[in-house]
Amino acid sequence: MTVLDTTREIFRRDQVWPFLAPEHSMVDVSHNMILYVEGLSVSFDGFKALNDLNLYVNDGELRCLIGANGAGKTTLMDVITGKTECDSGSVYFGQTINLLQRSEPEIAQLGIGRKFQKPSVFEAHTVFDNLELSLKADKGIWYTLRVKLNSADIDRIDSILDLIGLKEQRFMLAGALSHGQKQWLEIGMLLASDPRLLLIDEPVAGMTAQETERTAELLTSLAGDRTVIVVEHDMEFVRSIARTVTVLHQGSVLAEGTMDEVQNNRDVIEVYLGEESADARGEEIAAARGERA
Amino acid sequence: MMIAKTPLTAGSLTSGFTSKTTAIVVVVLFSLTLLASAANLWLSPDSPLYVSTYTITLLGKYLCYALLALAVDVVWGYCGVLSLGHAAFFALGGYGMGMYLMRQIGDRGVYGNPELPDFMVFLSWDSLPWYWLGMDQFWFAMVIALAVPGLLAFVFGWLAFRSRVTGVYLSIMTQALTYALMLAFFRNEMGFGGNNGLTDFKDILGFSLQSDTVRVALFAITALMLMLAYVLSHFIMSSRFGRVIVSIRDGEARARFMGYRTERFKVWLFVYSALLAAVAGALYVPQVGIINPGEFSPINSIEVVVWVALGGRGTLYGAIIGAVLVNYAKTRFTAIMPDGWLFALGALFVLVTVFLPKGIAGFIEQRVESLKKGASGSDRVQGSEGASA
Repeated sequence: MTVLDTTREIFRRDQVWPFLAPEHSMVDVSHNMILYVEGLSVSFDGFKALNDLNLYVNDGELRCLIGANGAGKTTLMDVITGKTECDSGSVYFGQTINLLQRSEPEIAQLGIGRKFQKPSVFEAHTVFDNLELSLKADKGIWYTLRVKLNSADIDRIDSILDLIGLKEQRFMLAGALSHGQKQWLEIGMLLASDPRLLLIDEPVAGMTAQETERTAELLTSLAGDRTVIVVEHDMEFVRSIARTVTVLHQGSVLAEGTMDEVQNNRDVIEVYLGEESADARGEEIAAARGERA
Repeated sequence: MMIAKTPLTAGSLTSGFTSKTTAIVVVVLFSLTLLASAANLWLSPDSPLYVSTYTITLLGKYLCYALLALAVDVVWGYCGVLSLGHAAFFALGGYGMGMYLMRQIGDRGVYGNPELPDFMVFLSWDSLPWYWLGMDQFWFAMVIALAVPGLLAFVFGWLAFRSRVTGVYLSIMTQALTYALMLAFFRNEMGFGGNNGLTDFKDILGFSLQSDTVRVALFAITALMLMLAYVLSHFIMSSRFGRVIVSIRDGEARARFMGYRTERFKVWLFVYSALLAAVAGALYVPQVGIINPGEFSPINSIEVVVWVALGGRGTLYGAIIGAVLVNYAKTRFTAIMPDGWLFALGALFVLVTVFLPKGIAGFIEQRVESLKKGASGSDRVQGSEGASA
């Protein structure tokens, strides 16, 4: 009898066997929250890079992370993208996907894209090839051996080339681009992969004022459909794009809020701005006040 | 430069240059093989254009080395995996072929034992070890000659690349691998003839190895396999897979963050390369007539790397040029001054590294480029730069 029951259970036609069911790779954002980081701690040889850090990011948000050097901004990104293992804590992408159990390529395929601090484009490839490799597609061996570019892909690459202003340089080797252009190419590569969550480390370092402005425009336009987390030292830039700012200090969150709130937060003034000279601090506060007025 | 509109040129601008060189390589190889074979078979030995059988065998040997160099170039030049142990795969492939040839001797050996090869009779073994069974079948021996090196490369690559061993550590491990195999094969108990190895071969598939026609045929087959391997490697390297491989060379972490499981790509390529080396080894043995543990020696693997570096890595044809030229020089030089060869090789390596950092292939591309520049302005500069990168 029990054998019969088991057999019936196994062959129920309204169910799929677990090993045949597709692994849900779609991120579940039913609670409007795309990233949950809770109680995260990482230490390197006794140095606590992250210390019981909690961070929640809404779906479609544009979030800026600021903090002094060594505050743990890059380490946080490393943990989210699977590069660094954490000592304790949890990182969830949406409701269901535990990022700590996944490797870097898996996390990338889930739709988490990352732009590094220093531009890391593939210099031996052309601009076009860099974008082609970044396209959202099957990243398996047999697929990449057989695949031919179709016209949809080419259109997509062309539109990205338009957006990042490298249309003229499409067949140039990426190594021959200027620093600013490499930054742009890297942003383009991020866009080509069509990610849900973008982690962007210092996007405007080494850019001219004009390029910075364009980057700000681009990042603001991305938010909404995608979630963007930006780490940046350039306060002007942060002010120009941020709606919510999170301040990290010694591996945990010190303050969170709008730029104005954060800048008037006593703790923040003490630990973050306090490191600069007294004059500079005065100017910063004056500027913040001026802006509010 | 002009912006091409057509999709085909868009994705693979660099391969435009390389596919032309592939055609050139294939045509050159094919015609040389044809001419040399014809000159050996149909010209009388008195003719000034006659190519002796000795030369044919020598050429066949060079082409085996070229195939081995191609295998190293595929992993080193394109993926940055500096293997100092490729001679191990070459020798394993060679041993596979050697075992088959040994079994073909039958009762024509010194001891006249129809079942056992001479060295086993000498060691007074009374039956074949299990791993010699079936090696009298050509197809089975060939499967083993490829499967064993392939499997070894897979296991080694899987362990090394999954643990993210790279750079000089990986090179040292490959060196240790081939050294360990050499020591193992030197032992008589292994059942591969100890330090004498396998030799005294009589025939292959029923054809005498001593006859000119068979020699020419072996040479032609080697050339054919080299062409096939070249064309296949060209297609692999100009696919998106190839571009991922180059990306892994230049920034493995970055490629991982793009969603590519880099360790799988590396294992696949490493196995492919080991198979090429094994084919080279299997073709080498019937032509030189002997395989012994000396083939595993670490210095051999290092020499292959020198050929590739001299020829120009990451170009495929550079590896072939390097292997053939260096081995030709070796043949000539060792005839004049046997002890001086290693010094000459060292000097050659230093000179090329200093004056031709991209090897002979880099030099050729530079020439071609400046010729083109002279002829039709500078609109091809990008293409050839891409190919040499």
